[in-house]
Amino acid sequence: MKSLQTSMENNSVIREKNPSAIHISQFDAWYDRYHALKNINIDIPEKQVTAFIGPSGCGKSTLLRWMNRINDSIFKARAEGTLTIHGQDILSTKTDVVALRRRVGIVFQKPNPFPKSIFENIAFGIRMHLNVSKKEVGDIVEWSLYKAGLWDEVKDRLKESALSLSGGQQQRLCIARAMALAPEVLLMDEPCSALDPIATAKIEDLIHQLRERYTVVIVTHNMQQATRVSDYTAFMYLGEMIEFGTSDQMFMSPNDQRTEDYITGKFG
Amino acid sequence: MNAHEPETPEIFNDPERMKAAQRSIQHRQLINTVFKNICMSVAGISVVLLLVLLTAIFYLGYETLTLPFLSSPPSPDASTAGFFPAIMGSVWLLVLVMALALPVGVATAITLEEFKPGNRSLRNVHSVLQTNITNLAGVPSVVYGMIGLTLFVSMFQVFGNEKKPAFEWGVRYFDQFYSDSDQIWLVPVDASDTPETIPHSSMVAFTPNGKKVDLNIIGPEAQWPEGASLSDRTLREDSIPGRIHERSWYYFRIPFGRGVLSGALTLMLVILPIIMTASQEALRAVPYNLREAAWGMGATRWQTVWKITLPSAVPGIMTGTILALSRAIGEAAPLLMIAGIVFISNPPGNIMDDFTAMPLQIYNWAQRPQAEFHHIAASGIVVLLAVLLFFNAIAVYIRNKYQKPLS
Repeated sequence: MKSLQTSMENNSVIREKNPSAIHISQFDAWYDRYHALKNINIDIPEKQVTAFIGPSGCGKSTLLRWMNRINDSIFKARAEGTLTIHGQDILSTKTDVVALRRRVGIVFQKPNPFPKSIFENIAFGIRMHLNVSKKEVGDIVEWSLYKAGLWDEVKDRLKESALSLSGGQQQRLCIARAMALAPEVLLMDEPCSALDPIATAKIEDLIHQLRERYTVVIVTHNMQQATRVSDYTAFMYLGEMIEFGTSDQMFMSPNDQRTEDYITGKFG
Repeated sequence: MNAHEPETPEIFNDPERMKAAQRSIQHRQLINTVFKNICMSVAGISVVLLLVLLTAIFYLGYETLTLPFLSSPPSPDASTAGFFPAIMGSVWLLVLVMALALPVGVATAITLEEFKPGNRSLRNVHSVLQTNITNLAGVPSVVYGMIGLTLFVSMFQVFGNEKKPAFEWGVRYFDQFYSDSDQIWLVPVDASDTPETIPHSSMVAFTPNGKKVDLNIIGPEAQWPEGASLSDRTLREDSIPGRIHERSWYYFRIPFGRGVLSGALTLMLVILPIIMTASQEALRAVPYNLREAAWGMGATRWQTVWKITLPSAVPGIMTGTILALSRAIGEAAPLLMIAGIVFISNPPGNIMDDFTAMPLQIYNWAQRPQAEFHHIAASGIVVLLAVLLFFNAIAVYIRNKYQKPLS
């Protein structure tokens, strides 16, 4: 209970510093009868990188996947409570998930480019959502590839299949693809877990830059990564939000014993 | 290296334009709804057609679908005709086809999927095999009937013909005599085509119960003896016998003739490509890293197949096999070539016996002009469909019960 209060206090401190983009309160989620998330309360600040850490199965990904309702398609998954993004109620049945997912992009754990050309991978989403000229589509593709740090590597082979790229390049392509839709929030579910250190470093750089424009929420198993890329960190354990604060505070002087045990490697 | 950083696309900095350029979500959702409904109604049509068919058949056949219909032999009289030998014939076929086609089909699939050779020329053999299977799946079943007729029924007449097989096991032939007092005497003969026995005094004879009897043979002009014990076992020299046979359960002959075995082998040819393809798909669906894991622990190829790959593929193989069997049970064309339309009043007793099957019997009844026979044909169809649905239900059950995540 004490930890919940501290996390609430932190929440209000954070809210004063940065306006919140995602507001979650009294949020519960289930897979059939399994209670995956229990009473989650958190305000994720706008245009900052927030990392979710915690041992496997603690519900980080579930929370992330509810933020753009990708979990809708999972049979018998349901959620209750408040989850708003810039004031819009996400869980409402009236929410148009197609419109929502343009505003809240997601990058998955394994790179999943479409079996199309590099150019088409990005242009697909742009054409789907925006009625713009051919030239402008090209401009947006170039810009998002550049922002994803991929332009120099692929500018001469835009017509080639995206599957010919390396794993790290594919993942950056997926990030570029999400960025091209000008989302407000970018969700990343362990985006580096399948990549080598060099590719990881490139993506971490990218995430760092992304917060100029987007609110980034990233799930990671790698605590060094959380310290490197995130402004705020939330620690989850067994479906509960244990602690949330600035990354500096979380990793230097955590309030909760469990957080300390986890980040010092005593369990998990 | 980064010669120029591209300008942020103008639209991203211009909220008004961004808003104007948004494609209408409502429009896209409308198209989504329209196509969803089209897909669902088209899917519904097939269900409706099936329902119409079932209702029509059931309406035509439900009155004659009685217990006696299921348990009695066919008859020239529609009101007493039954389906029993046909049902049993189909059961025999099904068991044999399953026993024949499953090992052959799965073994071929394992060869093609799990024992891919490294060597180039063997690889070519593999691809020829693969192409062959794909082509076999497209061959009409009547053609398989032709193959079955020449290959299994008569074996190209190499081993005699089907009436006089060159090799036979488990059958005994007798010449059957009737005495004047209607007693039956059996005289064993060596083969079906030996000349008829002429009664003579030292002849060995048996009663139908297998009791050995000394016959009393008298000349054509001689007086019939007095006394029951002697007159019962007396035959005249000019008596003409009838040839009969007694087949044991293991009766076997080469060539196979028009028996259940020939029918089953032919149906096996029809469904083999289906089983092979289904088994291949099932094996291919097993993630490659499971094989690598087994090889990495020092398992041989065969150990990997037997302990890891095949168990994971069993639900898929079983589903494919059962669907193939339900195809076999409904096939009429190839069986028509093998068994023909004959009057069969007993279910088969061994794998070489003549037989009829459900589709054959239905065809037989349906082609007759009398309306009564059309009714019992419809009843037969209901039985056949019930069996088919039962099989499909088993397939679905197996798929749902045993299919578990593999990765």
